[in-house]
Amino acid sequence: MLASSPRLRATLLRVAQSIPVVIGVVIISFLLTRALPGDPAVYFAGVAADTASIEQTRVAMGLDKPLLQQFFIYVGDLSRGDLGQSLSSGRPVAADLAKRLPASLELTLSALILAILIAVPLGVLAATRPGTWVDHLCRVVVTAGVSLPTFFTGILLIYIFYYVLGIAPSPLGRLDFVYLDPDHFTGFYLIDAALMGDWETWRGAAKQLILPATTLALFTLAPIARMTRAAMLTALSSDFIRTARAAGLSNRTILYCYAFRNALLPVVTTLGMVFSFALGANVLVEKVFAWPGIGSYAVEALVVSDYAAVQGFVLAMALLFVALNLVIDLLYTAIDPRIGFSSK
Amino acid sequence: MTEVSHQLAPKTRGNFDHILYVLRANPVTLIAFGLFALLIFSAVFGPSLVPYDPLATNAANALQPPSATHWFGTDNVGRDVFSRVIVATRLDLSISVAAVALSFVVGSILGCIAGYWGGWPDIILNRLLDTIMAFPLFVLAMGIVAALGNTIENIIYATAIINMPFYARLVRAEVNIRRDSGFARAAKLAGNSDIRVLAMHIFPNALPPMMVQVSLNLGWAILNAAGLSFIGLGVSPPTAEWGIMVAEGANFIVSGEWWLAVFPGLWLMITVFTFNLLGDGLRDIVDPRKRT
Repeated sequence: MLASSPRLRATLLRVAQSIPVVIGVVIISFLLTRALPGDPAVYFAGVAADTASIEQTRVAMGLDKPLLQQFFIYVGDLSRGDLGQSLSSGRPVAADLAKRLPASLELTLSALILAILIAVPLGVLAATRPGTWVDHLCRVVVTAGVSLPTFFTGILLIYIFYYVLGIAPSPLGRLDFVYLDPDHFTGFYLIDAALMGDWETWRGAAKQLILPATTLALFTLAPIARMTRAAMLTALSSDFIRTARAAGLSNRTILYCYAFRNALLPVVTTLGMVFSFALGANVLVEKVFAWPGIGSYAVEALVVSDYAAVQGFVLAMALLFVALNLVIDLLYTAIDPRIGFSSK
Repeated sequence: MTEVSHQLAPKTRGNFDHILYVLRANPVTLIAFGLFALLIFSAVFGPSLVPYDPLATNAANALQPPSATHWFGTDNVGRDVFSRVIVATRLDLSISVAAVALSFVVGSILGCIAGYWGGWPDIILNRLLDTIMAFPLFVLAMGIVAALGNTIENIIYATAIINMPFYARLVRAEVNIRRDSGFARAAKLAGNSDIRVLAMHIFPNALPPMMVQVSLNLGWAILNAAGLSFIGLGVSPPTAEWGIMVAEGANFIVSGEWWLAVFPGLWLMITVFTFNLLGDGLRDIVDPRKRT
């Protein structure tokens, strides 16, 4: 069956390729948890611990065993979804992360959608009208966008839209306190509120989301616009476009059916890198807007030296990123039928 | 002797003309070089030229808006923001230059070994780089600093680790395509050791693209280091550093004291902008085909 369906085979092969990466990620995050400054047992036993209770913690945490055995215990814990206890909240790290993940995803995904909606048309327009104002605008946006520190953009937007113009709500979290949280279906406030038919809350949540999503989008749209413009220019100057023009196809057909579809491939490839930047910048944006996602959870944990929470966060982000890259690659095979057959 | 100089002269003039041509065609690169000189100047001489002590507090003069005496205003404990922004240049630049230099050296060595000899070191290096790149890089830097301890040196190490894959991959590719080339074999036949061929004959070919990478990376390294100190890692409060100044100023932005956060943020932005423009300009000089 595998041999008869090259598409399926390529897909399975790609999924298999991400296994060594996941193993590597787990090894690195294990090393990070064991590289804590000083003796972890002393740290976890607490401030008032004596020698006996430190020793007790050491045995309880399995720190007296050889490193390899500790690693297998760690992997065993992970496979049960156990990331350890958070010192600051007193609850399992995995539960904390799961509770806060939808907030982060809602922010990151809406920012990415916003960025793609602006960047792709901008790049296409810049490529089809070189030397015009659209092209110059594209160049300015691209160079300025990658130079903007996200935390600075966020603060600037808060100053302009909250303090000076007064049209944005106060930058504190996902929903103003006058609204009740929508029922929990997906954890995405916009979707949950829409499902409940509570448009008042929906508008409140959207208002809170606009500024942080714009901040993140400004940062991520630069690489997308740059790549779209370059890929469109390459596609438009290729032979098959000249042939299509000679055959008398309309400009519209050439642009969207022939050039754009081919230009899409390198753009999708860069999305992987864009995700890496977006997930990192997400932490900073969440801190600026007091957004209750996993990024601000990690920052709070860092401040009080809650290492289990920080390491859990790093691992969760890495696994999320590996999954996203997998999705991008599978999307790639869907867009370009040639890929699936060549990787036999 | 005369023949040699005869042959060399047009070539060097050609290079110089090319650089002049690129600079004239793209005046933005010239501006970037100017800004770069200004940054170096304020990093070297800034601390001895600023009008006020960046750490001297003056409670009577707190939260003053920008004026003729305090160009960028004063912060919540009365420190001069302008002096702090200029003095911070040295720290921010040193962190990123140290980090990029470290990843340049380590990445070059690893990339050379993997590209020249291949085999299992190559496989292990590729796996390691894949694993590093599997993390969102800023998040990995957070994890490393949290694990190694909250100091400036560890910020440098973390930034170096997340930058290293770019250099290692570049060097590996450049070395790999040249290891069996005619000039490398000739050098080997002439009795040079492997290491000498690698270091003196093959590696220099990788330097031009590496330089472009360095310049583009510096801006990114500054952004990363400032981001880490913004969330409270590395640099501790009284020190003047752009990221931490923006973080402190953020508390006053909702009450309208914008100058605390805006000026250090603006300086950070200009610095990163300069390095990015410089990187693009260098790439136009080194490899005009890659222009996008």
